[in-house]
Amino acid sequence: MAETWIVLGASSSMARALVRRLAARGDGLILAGRDLADLERDAADARVRGAAFAEVVRFDAREPACVAPILARAKACEGTVSAAVFVGSMPPQAEIDADPGLIEGVVTDSFTGPARLLQGLAPIIEARGAGTVIGVGSVAGDRGRISNYVYGAAKAAFATYLSGLRNRLGRAGGHVLTVKPGFTDTAMTWGIEGMFLVASPDKVATDILSALEKQRNVIYTPFFWMGIMGIIRLIPERVFKKLSV
Amino acid sequence: MQWKTADYAGWGRALRARGRIARPERVSALRDALAEGGPAIGNRLSYGDGALNADGAAVQMTRMDRLLAFAPETGVIEVEAGATIGALLKLLAPQGWMPAVMPGTGLATIGGCIANDVHGKNHHGAGSFGQHVLAVTLMTQTGPREVSPASDPALFRATMGGQGQTGAILSARLKLMAIPGQRMKVVETRMRDFDSFIAALDASEADFTVGWIDATAKRKRLGRGILEEGTLVEGTRPGPERRPKPVPFDAPRALLSWPVVKIFNRWYGSGVPDSGRKRTRALDEFFFPLDALTDWNRLYGKRGFHQFQCVVPADRAPALKEILTTIARGGVASPLAVLKRMGPGRAGHLSFPMDGYTLAVDLPARARVPALYARLEEQVIAAGGRIYLAKDALARPESMAAMYPELEAWRAEAAKADPERRLATDLVRRLKLRSA
Repeated sequence: MAETWIVLGASSSMARALVRRLAARGDGLILAGRDLADLERDAADARVRGAAFAEVVRFDAREPACVAPILARAKACEGTVSAAVFVGSMPPQAEIDADPGLIEGVVTDSFTGPARLLQGLAPIIEARGAGTVIGVGSVAGDRGRISNYVYGAAKAAFATYLSGLRNRLGRAGGHVLTVKPGFTDTAMTWGIEGMFLVASPDKVATDILSALEKQRNVIYTPFFWMGIMGIIRLIPERVFKKLSV
Repeated sequence: MQWKTADYAGWGRALRARGRIARPERVSALRDALAEGGPAIGNRLSYGDGALNADGAAVQMTRMDRLLAFAPETGVIEVEAGATIGALLKLLAPQGWMPAVMPGTGLATIGGCIANDVHGKNHHGAGSFGQHVLAVTLMTQTGPREVSPASDPALFRATMGGQGQTGAILSARLKLMAIPGQRMKVVETRMRDFDSFIAALDASEADFTVGWIDATAKRKRLGRGILEEGTLVEGTRPGPERRPKPVPFDAPRALLSWPVVKIFNRWYGSGVPDSGRKRTRALDEFFFPLDALTDWNRLYGKRGFHQFQCVVPADRAPALKEILTTIARGGVASPLAVLKRMGPGRAGHLSFPMDGYTLAVDLPARARVPALYARLEEQVIAAGGRIYLAKDALARPESMAAMYPELEAWRAEAAKADPERRLATDLVRRLKLRSA
């Protein structure tokens, strides 16, 4: 049975890399984001690569009204409907420190916005007894660090939400995959100093697909971030609070 | 974050630049980046400074790599400029199509192929890359503008091989070549000297030909090597997909280039018996032999290298023999050179090809190389030939008018499209291409 994917934040380079692979499998694609004119080009790309169909739809995490039309479109699709979430925003921590009003936007982009849509998708997955949710978080959500703790907090919240959603959908035949990429070579990280072990979006997409096949629950990509974050999580708080990692 | 300041280099790594680079992923971000000036660049496979803009800005197009439309019935594809030739081949070959012209690396972007009007092993029959471009969309200050040979022939000609000086290339529509399968039948024949090599190239009826020359052989053995003739045949791609192996560090001087030679030997050289050899190969292995090793340019060490590539008219083969002699006596060349027959096909004012023979050889960046290059440059001009801008790092501006007779016409079109010279690159400034 054909699978249809709602891709939130579809114009990000990680999403683009995954969409290309899903298109090559012949899946249907609903590409959601803000820059519709540009998303049309991604949709064209997906069609050339073999997608059953590819459409674009507006999604702005900060506009709750965007959710209903996307869910209506999903309901109209036959077969399995799945979702992949690539949205999020990461203003420099210094800017947030100067203007705490930015916190709300970061939390909306990375957590509440996509959660609102997934909350509406969950009953569809339950009713059809199938469907996957891929939620892209970040290793930054594993521990609050001085350099980006608001972004990290939003991603941690999203990861906890996905954990609960997995608990819920798992008993109805659905599946939730939490993806925690390390440093990835995207527009968001372009020009940021001090990055190391940087992975390409293609590598992340390859890891996501293989995790899907194996029905994994939580993955780090590339895999070694699991070790790195395992160590970082083990550092006692009284030590960690003095570190600048 | 739109801009970052970085040190970057051409493929030869001998010429470098420090400047701001943006890598937009969407048209809107591209428009913003271009508004701040600077040329569009691709995967920086031009050997010299064609993709450099020192102390200025450059817009890297590699993330603008979407396929916008494909008609499998007619073989016309529209792609964004950052898509690579190798990606197109991989996607299209199973459907019976391939780019009609492919350079020696699959990593080259479509934008780069157009800006250098590249050629392939089938140039004698198929012509240059630009001759298969149906239309190109340029980002102008007023928005995207599609240019075709019919809509604006002069601007189109100035864009093919135009070093990106007529505007950033957003996308292009290409006429593909139909292929019977995903295999190439390759016949390899040993050539004992230069004259027999030229005779064999002239006599060859193969669609794809390339000659590998031992550039260290002198006197009677000058020009000895292997002629490779390819014919497209049926068959699916054999075996697993190639996984490029990275070169993890800059080779020390003592190692200079030997792994490259070893690779070439494995594929082209040592195994060829006196009586020749026939085999079939996957298309990517045939077209992009060196892509098996990513960043192979690091094998030339930190100081990098240059490539000298020239073409001389068909009736001046003896002059090319003299050029090869100069190279062999120079004592610095990499042991391998490439010799090809070219046809007359060219699409732009500054296109490299001419009906004749082209010779390419790597020269490690050493103190005596500029003098050697200058000697070669004079020989090329005397023979009525030209040097390939995509490879060049050392030519002099005074040589350009003789090598590129349409330079003035190109200059006028470039000036119209980009009056403030916001798109100038280090190469354009070094060779004074845009200034009389």
